Amino acid sequence: MTTALEARLVVKEYPVGTGTVTAVDEASFSLQPGEFVALVGPSGSGKTTMLAILAALLTPTSGNIIIDGQELSQMSQKERTRFRRRKIGFTFQRNNLVSYLTALENVELLLRLNGEFNAAGKKRARDLLLLLGMEERMNSLPRQLSGGQQQRVAIARSLINQPTLVLADEPTASLDTERAFQVVETLAALVHKQNRAGIMVTHDLRMVEFADRIIHMLDGRVERIITPQDDLSCLADPGECRLIPDDVLGFGQPDV
Amino acid sequence: MSTAIHLALKEIWRNRGRFLLFSMVVALITVLVLFIAALGEGLGSGNREYIEKLNADLIAYQDTARLSIAASRVDCTTRRAIRAVEGVSDVGPIGFSSASIPMGDRAEPQDVTLIGVEPGKPGEPPVVRGDGLLRSSADEVIIDRTVALMTRLRVGDPLVIRTTQGNEYEFYTLQVVGITDSRKYSIRPSVFVPIVTWDKIRPKATAEPGEDDPACNVIAVQLADPAQIDPMRQLLQARVSRIEAVDRQTAYESTPGYTEQQSTLATQNAFAILIGVLVIGGFFQIQTLQKVPQIGMLKAIGTPNSTVAVAAIIQIIAVTLVGIAIGGLATWGLALGLPPNIPIVFELRSGVTALVSLLLTGPIGGLVSIRYSLRVEPLTALGLGS
Repeated sequence: MTTALEARLVVKEYPVGTGTVTAVDEASFSLQPGEFVALVGPSGSGKTTMLAILAALLTPTSGNIIIDGQELSQMSQKERTRFRRRKIGFTFQRNNLVSYLTALENVELLLRLNGEFNAAGKKRARDLLLLLGMEERMNSLPRQLSGGQQQRVAIARSLINQPTLVLADEPTASLDTERAFQVVETLAALVHKQNRAGIMVTHDLRMVEFADRIIHMLDGRVERIITPQDDLSCLADPGECRLIPDDVLGFGQPDV
Repeated sequence: MSTAIHLALKEIWRNRGRFLLFSMVVALITVLVLFIAALGEGLGSGNREYIEKLNADLIAYQDTARLSIAASRVDCTTRRAIRAVEGVSDVGPIGFSSASIPMGDRAEPQDVTLIGVEPGKPGEPPVVRGDGLLRSSADEVIIDRTVALMTRLRVGDPLVIRTTQGNEYEFYTLQVVGITDSRKYSIRPSVFVPIVTWDKIRPKATAEPGEDDPACNVIAVQLADPAQIDPMRQLLQARVSRIEAVDRQTAYESTPGYTEQQSTLATQNAFAILIGVLVIGGFFQIQTLQKVPQIGMLKAIGTPNSTVAVAAIIQIIAVTLVGIAIGGLATWGLALGLPPNIPIVFELRSGVTALVSLLLTGPIGGLVSIRYSLRVEPLTALGLGS
């Protein structure tokens, strides 16, 4: 099976004054198709920067990102934009949808951008929204949808182009608990069902139960990679954690 | 391209109230610009129309008059001397003064320019209805189209002219023998009378005895070869003492206040267009600032910069076009209701120039917002700055 994502010793440094700040420090991990991973850690741990690097929005200072066999650092800006549109699906924390497009049009937007706005594409968009329970709200504008419904539309959009990698940045941040569980459960289920690789950045440790693995970042480093069945208390208090055996870690050994 | 059009038009349609409101602002600017252009054309043509249409190649002034018709006096001897110069095919004296036409008890008298010409000579306008003037001393008058519209007079009707003689108003009854097209001078419609009649009825500070061959203001000169304007102008000035000869354009541009008036109106128009640029630019910039997170999200999901830019340009052009169309129609409707004595003339060339300028205001005004939206980084979708 081809690895969906490989992150190898990824470093991201920002110049600050005369020195540098390391936002991501030699992070390494990999994801297989059909795998849904939660990227967790406290504020400032480098989760969002890592996500931006995986999404080809940021260029790492060093290290490699390989998605579907393609090395991102070799790509021009234009190629990265094209790559994002074809290989990566996005769900953001907020401002997920185009305000003046209906739910269906938002999902179809990716089809238009990729030149796949045809009968098959349109059917796929409708089917995805049906699958997400949005049959009654397909023609509603984002302002007419609840936060949970908006996130479901964003999930449909992130999957419409059958991407290799689905990235979700704090998808439950603005939702109540019940809706948050529904959204993450749906996202995880679709990633599994459609055999995509999914990464969800979250602060909410209750959401990690839907993940196959949990990547814990601390101070820019991958602190540990564990499963939801492991003792999760270390995520709240890293000092109490035990190390996870290598076979659970995927690519690369976390530097702990 | 099709995605850009889709995004642009969907946004306009789903926010049609806001975009229509802005188109109305563009429409108001359009009305302002078109009316200023029409006013400029109206005032300009009102000042120059008679001279511009004059059936003469050169106009001879008294040399000390500095090309002011009111200050110029040319006598018969000079007229004969000009006629004697080889290359001159004909000459005609022209006298200008003010008069008014009583409009009955209820209406204000209508001011007109009283122009004295020699029948059959350069200076007499061609008639579109009726006949030309017959004799230098006859009580005949040719009225221009505007006078005909205002007075509803027809060929054969009597026309009463009022002028001031000393301290008194004097009334003269003339017979309308012909109607010419619009021939305004000094922003007033014109009536044309034989030069001797003109000399008799023109306003005077004191009663003066009329002469058979009165002095006039300028001499209209027709050349045998109209292509030789410049050499003939120099020849006339060399051969005939105390005159200054110029072509028609120089003559009307030298009318006191003409150039200043036109440049004032052109400046007003330029400012109106500049305001348009700033208003359109401001609107789209505010809109872009409001949309930064959304633009960032669009770019993050893979929307090319070109799509974002083209969508913005389409919106700017659409808003500007709709505004100009509404403004153009409103101007046309308003113009239909204007009385003929208001100096507003919608001329194709100045109208098209104004509309093209307005069309350019959109893209020029929107340049800043387009540039700004191109610089929005997709990272903003993740809450990360540059």
